[in-house]
Amino acid sequence: MAEEMRIVLRNYGKIDPLKIEDYLAQGGYKALEKARSMGQAALIDDVKKSNLRGRGGAGFNCGMKWSFAASATADQKYVICNADEGEPGTYKDRLIMENDPQSLLEGMAICAYAIGANQGYIYCRGEYPQVIEILNQAIDQAKAQGLLGDFDIEVRSGAGAYVCGEETALIESIEGSRGEPRFKPPFPPVQGLWAKPTIVNNVETFANIPVIVDKGGAWYADIGNPAYPGTKVFTLTGDVNNRTFFEVPTDTTIRALVFKFGGGIRGGKKFKAVQIGGTSGAFIPESLLDTQVAFDAMSAIGATLGSGATFVLDETRDLVDVSTRIAKFFEHESCGKCAPCREGTARMHELMKKLNEGKGSSKDVALLEKLGRVMSYSCLCGLGQAAPAPVLTTIKHFPADYNAKLM
Amino acid sequence: MGYTDIIARYSDKPGGLIEAFHAVQKELSYLPEEVIVEAARIFNVPVAQAYGVASFYSMFSTKARGKNIIRICESAPCHVAGAAEVVAAIEAELGIKAGESTADGSFALELTECVGQCQATPVITINGKAYLDVNPAKIREILAEYK
Ligand SMILES: Cc1cc2nc3c(=O)[nH]c(=O)nc-3n(C[C@H](O)[C@H](O)[C@H](O)COP(=O)(O)O)c2cc1C
Ligand code: FES
Repeated sequence: MAEEMRIVLRNYGKIDPLKIEDYLAQGGYKALEKARSMGQAALIDDVKKSNLRGRGGAGFNCGMKWSFAASATADQKYVICNADEGEPGTYKDRLIMENDPQSLLEGMAICAYAIGANQGYIYCRGEYPQVIEILNQAIDQAKAQGLLGDFDIEVRSGAGAYVCGEETALIESIEGSRGEPRFKPPFPPVQGLWAKPTIVNNVETFANIPVIVDKGGAWYADIGNPAYPGTKVFTLTGDVNNRTFFEVPTDTTIRALVFKFGGGIRGGKKFKAVQIGGTSGAFIPESLLDTQVAFDAMSAIGATLGSGATFVLDETRDLVDVSTRIAKFFEHESCGKCAPCREGTARMHELMKKLNEGKGSSKDVALLEKLGRVMSYSCLCGLGQAAPAPVLTTIKHFPADYNAKLM
Repeated sequence: MGYTDIIARYSDKPGGLIEAFHAVQKELSYLPEEVIVEAARIFNVPVAQAYGVASFYSMFSTKARGKNIIRICESAPCHVAGAAEVVAAIEAELGIKAGESTADGSFALELTECVGQCQATPVITINGKAYLDVNPAKIREILAEYK
């Protein structure tokens, strides 16, 4: 069975995150030096060759994304790190930033060199004030050592809006506006922050970069599942024995995650369901646990990898109750820009509440299925498109929970 | 420092309105109307737009609230770990409901979504500081730190 493998958490517990000397002693900033000696085109090619795909949820090829911004001509380009981490059950980006902030800065500096940017932003969620402090100190230290060259990085604080994790909403927020997603295209690598070519990557994506540059794209492409190579950090919550985090190769199965790394279900109870990717993820039954935790393998079973949050529920849990709570989350977090999401999330919560209180009928369940389908293709951004997933997948895989509450 | 000076510190930061609001809230705990009007003037945007920003983000409040802001995570992992009992215990201890502030202005009680400390649920934060593995029995002691 798969073992833990630490790439993005390689320095976890080994260095003092507030001492850049410690990071340098582990070979830190050698990759940036190497990247600069490779030249932009060869660097981007190597990142492409690694087949590193975004760790923020959408799984887009990182080197490919960089190549779009690199080939755009503009007087100014930006590198943004998405550290909004709002997906419930997720704290992997915090782990990276708290324990090894320099690896994130080095990854961003490599990206800046690759695309020709001299200004970076880290958009960190407002719930992490202590992380913002660490990042600012780390930036000061890197600058004092002259490691970043002409690349400047500024930390911006979010203010409690889940939708700001969506890259164009995040850009709106850095611009000082309401965090409402933009229509796409144009995509950020062509027209992003202040309408300039912009790369937005997740914290975990950036933290992979120094290692990829150091060891080579081919080395990385060989780890884990070939279609989504490398490792992924998972944070386990709910009814597992080990409620903690693990970094594992992407060919690890969900079963290994829950039963090996998670240590199985607490209190000797039986497994019922696991939701992967955060609150917008699908609920997965026992019969699908042998799926690998890679992006496309998860899509193939109608689930998502998302942020890697892994929420485990035992046999005593009522999935109608849990899904009702989740429906409230989406009603609250919908930004209101598009009608299918604004109205849909409210109606979905209303119907779920009715069912949860034992006042619903099979007609309501059918209505939820229809509403969910409509939302999944008509909402403007990923928030509304993914919002129905927990409801639809619990109806599909755990109908008994619904039937038990019907009028 | 008056709020005008606080806001002005961010005036040459592109898109700095949100940072300015954070800074004012640190002092006043909320964003009074005159702050929003003043920020609109300094950042040269319509008042409606500045208000739109202030009211969009859940960490900003346009209504007066207690000084110490207690936020209880009710996202699914905290929910199944017993967040509702924690809410009830804090409500009982403070004599207010979620969404309200104590009459003496010392506490505001708010429900929130995941605060990213899910390794030890349920979680509450007070002024951004996280308290882990909270249960009703721990509430009195935690709140005493702020009384
Ligand atoms: C509602 C919503 C919330 C999102 N939240 C996050 C987030 O918290 N962190 C993140 O990195 N990406 C988040 N994303 C994905 C981003 O839009 C974007 O795809 C990502 O930052 C790109 O970086 P990557 O390619 O390195 O993954 C979210 C998307 C949506 C639709
Ligand atoms: S779910 Fe409550 S802190 Fe993350």
